[in-house]
Amino acid sequence: MLNYVLRRLLIAIPSLLGISLVLFVVLALAPGDPFEELATNPNVPPEVRMALRAQFGLDDPVWERYVRWLTSMVKGDWGFSFVSRINVDELIAERIPVTLAVIGASQILALLVALPIGVLAAVKPYSWFDRIASTLAFVGFSLPTFFTGILFILLFSIQLGWLPFVFRADLTETGWAWWWEQIKQSIMPVTVLGLFQAASWMRYVRSSVLDVIRLDYVTTARSKGLKESVVINKHVVRNAMIPVVTLIALQLPQLFGGAIVTEQIFRIPGIGSLLIDAILRNDTPVVMAITFIFSALVIIFNLLADVIYGWLDPRISYR
Amino acid sequence: MAGSTPASATAEAAPQLGKAIASVSPWTEAWRRFKRHRLAYWSLWVLALLALAVFVGPFFYKVGINDIDFKARLATPSATHPMGTDDLGRDMLARMLYGGRISLAVGLAAMLTAITVGIVVGAIAGISRGWVDAALMWLTDLFLSLPQLPLLMLLIFLFREALKQLFGLEVGIFILIVAVIGGFRWMPVARLVRAQFFSLREKEFVEAARALGASVPRQVVRHILPNSLGPVIVAATIDVAAAIIAESTLSFLGLGFPPDIPTWGRILYDGRDFLDIAWHWAMFPGMAIFIAVLTINFIGDGLRDALDPRRVL
Repeated sequence: MLNYVLRRLLIAIPSLLGISLVLFVVLALAPGDPFEELATNPNVPPEVRMALRAQFGLDDPVWERYVRWLTSMVKGDWGFSFVSRINVDELIAERIPVTLAVIGASQILALLVALPIGVLAAVKPYSWFDRIASTLAFVGFSLPTFFTGILFILLFSIQLGWLPFVFRADLTETGWAWWWEQIKQSIMPVTVLGLFQAASWMRYVRSSVLDVIRLDYVTTARSKGLKESVVINKHVVRNAMIPVVTLIALQLPQLFGGAIVTEQIFRIPGIGSLLIDAILRNDTPVVMAITFIFSALVIIFNLLADVIYGWLDPRISYR
Repeated sequence: MAGSTPASATAEAAPQLGKAIASVSPWTEAWRRFKRHRLAYWSLWVLALLALAVFVGPFFYKVGINDIDFKARLATPSATHPMGTDDLGRDMLARMLYGGRISLAVGLAAMLTAITVGIVVGAIAGISRGWVDAALMWLTDLFLSLPQLPLLMLLIFLFREALKQLFGLEVGIFILIVAVIGGFRWMPVARLVRAQFFSLREKEFVEAARALGASVPRQVVRHILPNSLGPVIVAATIDVAAAIIAESTLSFLGLGFPPDIPTWGRILYDGRDFLDIAWHWAMFPGMAIFIAVLTINFIGDGLRDALDPRRVL
């Protein structure tokens, strides 16, 4: 087991290097210059701009810059943001808690919705409940998050006036009032993201429970006289969750993509909006750092999915 | 035993033995089964209507997409402007019809790109063994671990200007968006095709073809590929929906088509700031995206049942 994890980690290193190289080359070859603003500013003489470029090593060959980036990254130096004028790691550390909080809450909501509905739908397949739930699931993942977000704003903020539609990171309230405001402004983003996830998870849960529920051991459990709730909860759901957990782990990195959109709709100052700002303003070190973190997350979660799978299902052996 | 639950609501019982069955072509049979999935069948009609409106509509509804009418700024839907107007008084229906052409075209073109690349990679990997297969699958896995949305945004932002100068505004952005979306969606198709090839290439009918002296390309093109197309068609359908969503997401983030080319996502993005005074501006494009994506997903679901070669119980 430990052997397997170590080997997978070793295989992950060339993949990460490959990805970082691709990202770096794309960014380096692209037109666009972080000091473009200075070029249009008449107060900054061109010599200063050239000196700045030289100082940050932007005129060196690509491979030299890549090696320099890689060595400093390994040492823990993530670079310096041209636009915000602070270190990239500080900038990201500042933005990431909001994103993690919104994503975490939405995942919990998605699980709370998808699990019971998926199981109930599978226990009575093709019943009315199943048909309605399955159709709603289809509607749910056909509704793009940016449209649901707008619908929510239109209904709850503009028509009803219940919830604020701009997310504020600088709430002035303290104590309970702070929590209340925080919860109020988080409801819409969390629901939008959570329901979208729940729609596709519900389908996984349903089909996975359907695969298990007609197996012989479930019939055995029933004929032993166990209560239906025990059969479902202890015998069926536990085994049906094995593939679902893997699928969820595999999907988590994509979630950050969904977070980018949600953060844009509700103007949440998280890592997604930081990325968009950085792209629009040619802030290369920030773009590089965030995209690299996202790719590292994908690889880590893939590994995690495999490990969890083996832990949940003892029939799988690692070679 | 497992499998006594039909895989889908529209699955049917196996034909009774001994009963004479009129011979029908596989496509007739598939169509017959597709029609049994009522939601998919009706979705096909709705989508066809939508496509017809978008492609034929502008020939009958002759209002320019850039006709500015300041007297009718932000007008709500009425007889003169069936879908209202935007902040410059431009007619929304005309813009929606025009934008729908682009959105649907992007969806189709991106799907074709993804499917073509996917089939080629999957077929090469599936028919050749050893290092070619391993290398191609490593490439597929590498692409799967790239963060899609950030990279889409990045590539479009970085290469927008260059392509604009090469092919002109509209065509340049179209090519870029189709290439980028298609270039990030071929991996599942490649894996699907490879898996199909692995099982099909050992089947007796392929062996028979080989024994008759068919060359490898002929085995692939005439025998293996046609039999592996079922799942690919389903994946292709779903891909159209995914590409439409991807394009609207990019437009919504301000990184898709420029403001003077009104795709559905772009109109939605522009209308977002006027939600309180002109709800119709964001509502119509949003509904259009939703209906297109939903119907395509339903059709994909229906096709999955219709083309399933296992003839579920």
